[in-house]
Amino acid sequence: MATARDPAALIRPLVTPEGVDLRVKLVDAGTRAAAFLLDVVIIVVAAIVVTLVVIFGLGGLGVKEAEPLFIVWMIFIFLLRNAYFIAFEAGRRAATPGKRIVGVRVASRSGAGLTIDQVIARNLMREIEVFLPLSIIAARGGAGVADTLSTIFGLVWALLFSLFLLFNRDRLRIGDLLAGTWVVETPKFKLVEDLSQRQDPIAKRFHFSPAQLDAYGIAELHKLEEVLRRDDYFAMKAVAETIGGKIGAKVEPIDSKAFLTAYYGELRAHLERKLLLGNRKADKYAR
Amino acid sequence: MTLPAGTDAVRQSLASFRQEREADWKAFEALLARVEKRAPRALSEDELLSLPLLYRSALSSLSVARATSLDSALIAYLEALSLRGYFYLYGARRGLRQRVGDFFLRDWPAAIRDLWRETWVSVGLTVIGAIAAYWLVASDSRWYDAIIAPSLAGGRNPDSSVETLRSVLYDSGGDHFLSGFAAYLFTHNTQVAILAFALGFAFAVPSVLIILMNGCMLGALFQVYAAKGLGFELGGWLSIHGTTELFAIALAGAAGMRIGTRIAFPGELTRMAAAAQAGRVAATAMVGVMIMLLFAGLLEGIGRQTITSDATRYAIGGGMLALWIAYFYLFRMVRHGNG
Repeated sequence: MATARDPAALIRPLVTPEGVDLRVKLVDAGTRAAAFLLDVVIIVVAAIVVTLVVIFGLGGLGVKEAEPLFIVWMIFIFLLRNAYFIAFEAGRRAATPGKRIVGVRVASRSGAGLTIDQVIARNLMREIEVFLPLSIIAARGGAGVADTLSTIFGLVWALLFSLFLLFNRDRLRIGDLLAGTWVVETPKFKLVEDLSQRQDPIAKRFHFSPAQLDAYGIAELHKLEEVLRRDDYFAMKAVAETIGGKIGAKVEPIDSKAFLTAYYGELRAHLERKLLLGNRKADKYAR
Repeated sequence: MTLPAGTDAVRQSLASFRQEREADWKAFEALLARVEKRAPRALSEDELLSLPLLYRSALSSLSVARATSLDSALIAYLEALSLRGYFYLYGARRGLRQRVGDFFLRDWPAAIRDLWRETWVSVGLTVIGAIAAYWLVASDSRWYDAIIAPSLAGGRNPDSSVETLRSVLYDSGGDHFLSGFAAYLFTHNTQVAILAFALGFAFAVPSVLIILMNGCMLGALFQVYAAKGLGFELGGWLSIHGTTELFAIALAGAAGMRIGTRIAFPGELTRMAAAAQAGRVAATAMVGVMIMLLFAGLLEGIGRQTITSDATRYAIGGGMLALWIAYFYLFRMVRHGNG
């Protein structure tokens, strides 16, 4: 089973017509389950609210006048079950409210625009993936004939289909498979400060020789950036000690942030210059 | 400084790279946030025109940043921004009204025409099921209970008297909840049709069984009425909505079979591509099926109970069937341009 332990395993190429690879990231199973459960909660709450309104309406109006209300109720429940996913995913953001909350959307596997028939195909299949087995159990339970066997059968069915996406590389539901779609992350990042432009009076005191800057590569630089952005005192102290030990510089614990800022700035400029000259030093092992 | 000359220059040029383009990125982000929330009409003409320009500028910034900069936060920001822009600009390119128009004028009939082989199989299975059940019930009436569950039969079985059977055909049922009944039938039938479609995924076998079973129920019911000399009347009772409903269910089964057979025999395509292609044709057909079932529900819930003349029933049923066939198979929109 290809699990999502390695995040890079879920990255797929998406080359725009302009020729830039945007490298979409597929959504892991846990996030998709979360989005689906959010949608189910929304549907169930909406159904309960509408049902309560209808019941009070029935009580107030008497059975004869309640008929239009009854029809509206039945169609509403039907739409909630069948059209909720389709309507939201056919919209501009190609995502249900649940998917929006967790920051994902549906996309066509071919990279072209998502068409409405794809949205319909992937959502009608949900009927046999989830709703059919569960409604069999519910109907039999309601009629008082839910024997163990049929309950187990329904549960196994639902589980098999909902776990289907764990058993393929691209995290496809059966519906995705038939519609030619997949679900990708649409993260929203804020434009954050450029760490190498940070002005720090203490950092100005640190200077590094080319030999000291040659100790690390791009992979380490990115880790260092992460540590600096996280701004955790103890983590920075530990990293400063490690780097100081490696390049032979003495760092006071109180200065570790300034030291790392200085080293980050110098290292990045050093590596970026090499990059301009066509030498991509991937990590500290690269020559 | 012990640094070689030039490192500071690199720093300067990358800082100015970001400073010069930052305003564009921010503007693009703000525009995207607006169009994602509301219709593109909310934008002025200038803003609308600037959208693709800003998108391309963000893309080229991304390419430059990937090649020259090691600021991973900046690259992540530009990747996310470009992806949002890409999905917006290349996502749903046509308006809703145009898509609905295309669906009725072209996509729906085209999908049904595309399924013609499966539709014949589906109709054939219904007929075979009906003949088989007719013959079985005629030879031994105990088959009736095996084919139609007593809860569905509603008191109609081989032992019913002619009067009982006739009353089901012509009694208006007291006019209660007629339209409510129609809505119920619609939702129920649609759920059955969705199943016939979705279960086709299992190599079409369940779809075939559902269609066959549907035919069997038809045949069994028919035999009961025909044996009492009410065959013609039952035909009218069924046809007023049945031509639409049975046709719709046959089409749903055909859509399911298409998926199942394409997964089993993908031909020259990969299995995944074949499944995706079949799924899209079948899904379009299925939306049409739901619309047909809505008509059938209305005819059944309202028309069947209020119209009690056999001739009128046959006329409406036959008319609907002619209408559907003409719409699907005879009427073709002229394709414009890249159609």
